[in-house]
Amino acid sequence: MGFILAQALTGLSNAAALFLVASGLSIIFGVTRIVNFAHGSFYMLGAYIAYTTMSMLPGIIGFWASVAITGVAVGLIGVVVELVVLRQVYKAPELFQLVATFGVILVVQDLALLTWGPEDLIGSRAPGLESVVYIMGEAIPEYDLAIIALTPVVLFAIWYLFNRTRWGILVRAATEDREMVGALGVNQSWLFTGVFFLGSLLAGVGGAIQLPKGGADLLMDFSILSAVFVVVVIGGMGSIPGAFIAALIISELNVFGVQLLHQSTLVLMFVVMALVLIVRPWGLLGKPEKPGQHGQVGELARPIAIMPTRGKWLFAAMLVLLALLPVLDDSFLLVLMADIIIFSLFATSLHFLMGPGGMVSFGHAAYFGGGAYAAALSVKYMGAPMEIAIMIAPLIAGCLAIIIGWFCVRLSGVYLAMLTLAFAQVLWSIVFQWGEVTGGDDGILGIWPSEWASDGVVFYYLVLVVGSAGILLIRHVLHSPFGYGVRAGRDSFVRSEAIGINVKLMQWMAFAFAGALAGLAGGLYVFAKGSIFPDEMEIARSFDALIMVLLGGVKTLSGPFVGASTFTLLQDWLSRFEYWRLVLGSMIILLVILFPQGLVGFARDKFGRLINVRGEDHA
Amino acid sequence: MTSVLSVQNLAKSFGGVQAVKDVSFDLAKGELLAFIGPNGAGKTTTFNMLNGQLKANSGSVKFNGEEIIGREPRDVWKMGVGRTFQITATFGTMTVLENVQTALMSYHRNLFSLFGKSSKHHVDDALALLDLVGLESQSHRACNVMAYGDLKRLELAIALANDPKLLLMDEPAAGMAPLERIGLMQLTADIVKERNISVLFTEHDMDVVFAHAHRIIVLNRGELIAEGTPEEVRNNERVQEVYLGGGSTFKDEED
Repeated sequence: MGFILAQALTGLSNAAALFLVASGLSIIFGVTRIVNFAHGSFYMLGAYIAYTTMSMLPGIIGFWASVAITGVAVGLIGVVVELVVLRQVYKAPELFQLVATFGVILVVQDLALLTWGPEDLIGSRAPGLESVVYIMGEAIPEYDLAIIALTPVVLFAIWYLFNRTRWGILVRAATEDREMVGALGVNQSWLFTGVFFLGSLLAGVGGAIQLPKGGADLLMDFSILSAVFVVVVIGGMGSIPGAFIAALIISELNVFGVQLLHQSTLVLMFVVMALVLIVRPWGLLGKPEKPGQHGQVGELARPIAIMPTRGKWLFAAMLVLLALLPVLDDSFLLVLMADIIIFSLFATSLHFLMGPGGMVSFGHAAYFGGGAYAAALSVKYMGAPMEIAIMIAPLIAGCLAIIIGWFCVRLSGVYLAMLTLAFAQVLWSIVFQWGEVTGGDDGILGIWPSEWASDGVVFYYLVLVVGSAGILLIRHVLHSPFGYGVRAGRDSFVRSEAIGINVKLMQWMAFAFAGALAGLAGGLYVFAKGSIFPDEMEIARSFDALIMVLLGGVKTLSGPFVGASTFTLLQDWLSRFEYWRLVLGSMIILLVILFPQGLVGFARDKFGRLINVRGEDHA
Repeated sequence: MTSVLSVQNLAKSFGGVQAVKDVSFDLAKGELLAFIGPNGAGKTTTFNMLNGQLKANSGSVKFNGEEIIGREPRDVWKMGVGRTFQITATFGTMTVLENVQTALMSYHRNLFSLFGKSSKHHVDDALALLDLVGLESQSHRACNVMAYGDLKRLELAIALANDPKLLLMDEPAAGMAPLERIGLMQLTADIVKERNISVLFTEHDMDVVFAHAHRIIVLNRGELIAEGTPEEVRNNERVQEVYLGGGSTFKDEED
C-alpha cells in the first residue's frame, strides 16, 4: 500500500513540469494557431538557465528566485522568437510557421551546446527541501511534495488570469474568433506577443522545477515534445484543465507502467492516447474544431493541370542530366544525389497527403522507417534478396498506413496531425524497445544491395529509376479520378458528400497510398545506407519531411523535389561544420522569412509561367 | 399526380429550441414547390434533414417510397436527389469544368480509379450541363475566382450531374442581381418541365417565388402555417400577419 502511494506521489510530482509545458503549448496554439515545435526547446532552455542562476543565487530564496528569473528569461526569449521570426510569417499559408519553429529548435540546440557544453548537467537539490519524508514507511522526497503542492496553485493562477483579468478575457476571445477581436480594436500583434511570453514562461518554469529531479541535457527538447503533444491531445487543444488532467494521467501511467510492463512505457502512453481519441476525438475537455479552420488558409491553391509540354521537356531534361551524372565519376556526388532522390520521393508522398489530401502528418517517418525496417527485417530473418525486400517495404508501410489511417481520418486538422505523430512514436518505441528483434538502438547492419547492383553507379541508376517512377506515379494519381476525389474532399466536405463521395474513405485510401510510397523510399534508403537505425522513424525525421514539403511550397506540385533538394544539400554541406545546426536553423528561418510562399511558390509568383501550374491569368 | 417526396411529422430541436415541429407535406412529380418563411422559420433545418445532413429527431421522409431518414447525404444523392447550398459549396481549387466532371465521375463510380486522366472523363456531358446553366464560356476558369451568382449556377450544374429526380435548392438566387434571379428561376422552371423532375426550393425574394412556384409552403417558427397555390398563400391571413404584421396586406401593396 505504501509503495503504491509512493509511486502515485512520484507520478504527481512528475506531472507538474509536463503540465506547465503542455499548458504553455496549448495557450500558444489556442490564440496563434501555431503548433510551436520549439516549445520543447524553451523547456530545455529553462532547465539550463535555471542551472546557471541557481549556481549563482544560493539558499532557499535564491532557488525560488531562480525559478522566477528563469521563467521571465525564457518568456522573453519566446517574445524575441515571436517578434523576429513568427511575426514575419503569420500571413503565410497554413502551417508554414512550423518550419520557422523547427529552425528555432536547431538554433537553440547549438546555442545550448555552445553555452553549457555537451555534458549532461545535474541540478543541485532544492535548498531546504533536500531530505525525505516517510509516509507509510516509504521515503518521499520533500521536493516532490513541494511540487505537488505547487501545481494546483499554478493551475489556479492560470485560471484566474484567463477568467478574471481583462487581458485573459481578450485572449479567450481571440481564441474563439481572432478576426472579431481585431475588429473590436484590440491590437492582435501584442496579444500574440503576450501569449507567446506567457506560454514560453510556463515552459521555462517547467524546465526549472524539473532541474533538481532530472537535470539538464541536450535531448530534453525532443523527449518532452512528444509527451507534451500527447498531453495536449488527450486533454483537448486549448483546454488548461484538460492539460492538467492529461498530465496527471500520463505521469501516473508512466510510473505504474514501469512496474507492470517494464519495456513498454512509451507504447503505453500512446495507446492510451489512441483510446481516448477514439472515444473522444477532441480530447477529454476539448471542443470540436470548426470545419475549415485548418483546411485552406490564405490564398487557395490554384487548379492543377497536366504538365504542359514545356514542363515535360524540363522534367525529361532533368532526368537525362541525372542519368548522365555518373560520367563525372564522383562517387560521393552519386551517394548525395541518391539521397536527394529518395527524400524527394518521401517528401512527394507527404505532399500528396498534405496538399491534395488536406491531411497534415507530423509522423510520416513512420512509413519511411516502417518500409526501411520491413526491408531490413526481411533480409535479416528471411534472407530475402534486395529485389523482394524493396517490394515488401511499400507493402508493409501501406498496411501500417491502413491501420493508422483508420484512426487518423476520423479526425481533422491539428488533431489528425498530432495523432499521426503519436502513432509514429508508438512504432518508434516498439522498434527502439524491442531489441531482440529489431536490434534496438544498435539498429540492423549489413543490408547490402544484390550482387548486380552492388556497384555504386548501378545502384544509383536503380534509385533513379525506382525513385522517379514513384514520383511520377504520385503525380499521375493526382490527375486520376482518385486524385480528384481526394481533392474534392479537401476542398469541400459537404459538397463532396452531397455528390456521393465518401470523404473519409477517400482520405483513408489516400493515407494508405502516401504511406506505401513513403515505405518505398524507406526501402531504397536502407539499401543505400546498408543499415537502419530507429532514428529514421523519429520525430526529427518526420519533421525533416515536413520541412521539405513546406520549404518547397505546399501548394505547388514540384515543391517537394525542390524542398528535398534544398534541405538535403544544405544539411550535407553544413554538417561538416561543428555548429551546423546553428547555421542550418538560421538559414531555415531566413528562408521562411524571405519566401513565405515556399521556394516554388515564390518562383511562381515571381516568374510566373516557368512552373507547371496553371495560373488564373492564362487559364 | 404521384407523390415523389412525402414528409411526415418531421421534427428537430437544438438544445431547448424546437427548430422544426411536426412538419408534413408532399411533393408531386414535376412540381416546383417553394418553401418560404421569415428568418429562423426552420427552412434550412428542414432541407438539411431532407438530404441526410442533419439527423431528424422524429418523423419520416419517403423518396419514391424509400425512407431517407437515417441515410448519409451521399446515399441520399445516390437515390437521385441533388442539392444546392445556401452558402455555395464548390471545389475551390478546381476549374468550373472540373467541378462538374468530378460530380459526373462520382455518379459513374469512377472515383476509385487510379488510372486514366480526370481531364478526359465526361467532358461532353459536363460541357452540356454548363451550357444548360449558361457557364460554358467560363468552363476553364478557376472556381475560387468566380462571381457569387455564377457559383450558384455552377452548383445547379453539379446538382444535375446525377440526373436527379428531385432537386433541393436552398436559396438558389440569394446574392444574385434581380435580373439574374429571374433568369435562374426561369431556367429552373424549364429544367423541371423538360426533365419532368421535382424541385423544392427556399427563397426570400417573393417576386421570384410568386412568379415561378407551382405551390408554396409557409413555415414560421418551425411550424407549417399555410400551404397552397401562390394565390391562396397570398390571401392567407396568417401568412400576411407573419410577413407584414397586422397592418397592411399584399393586396394593399398591390393597390
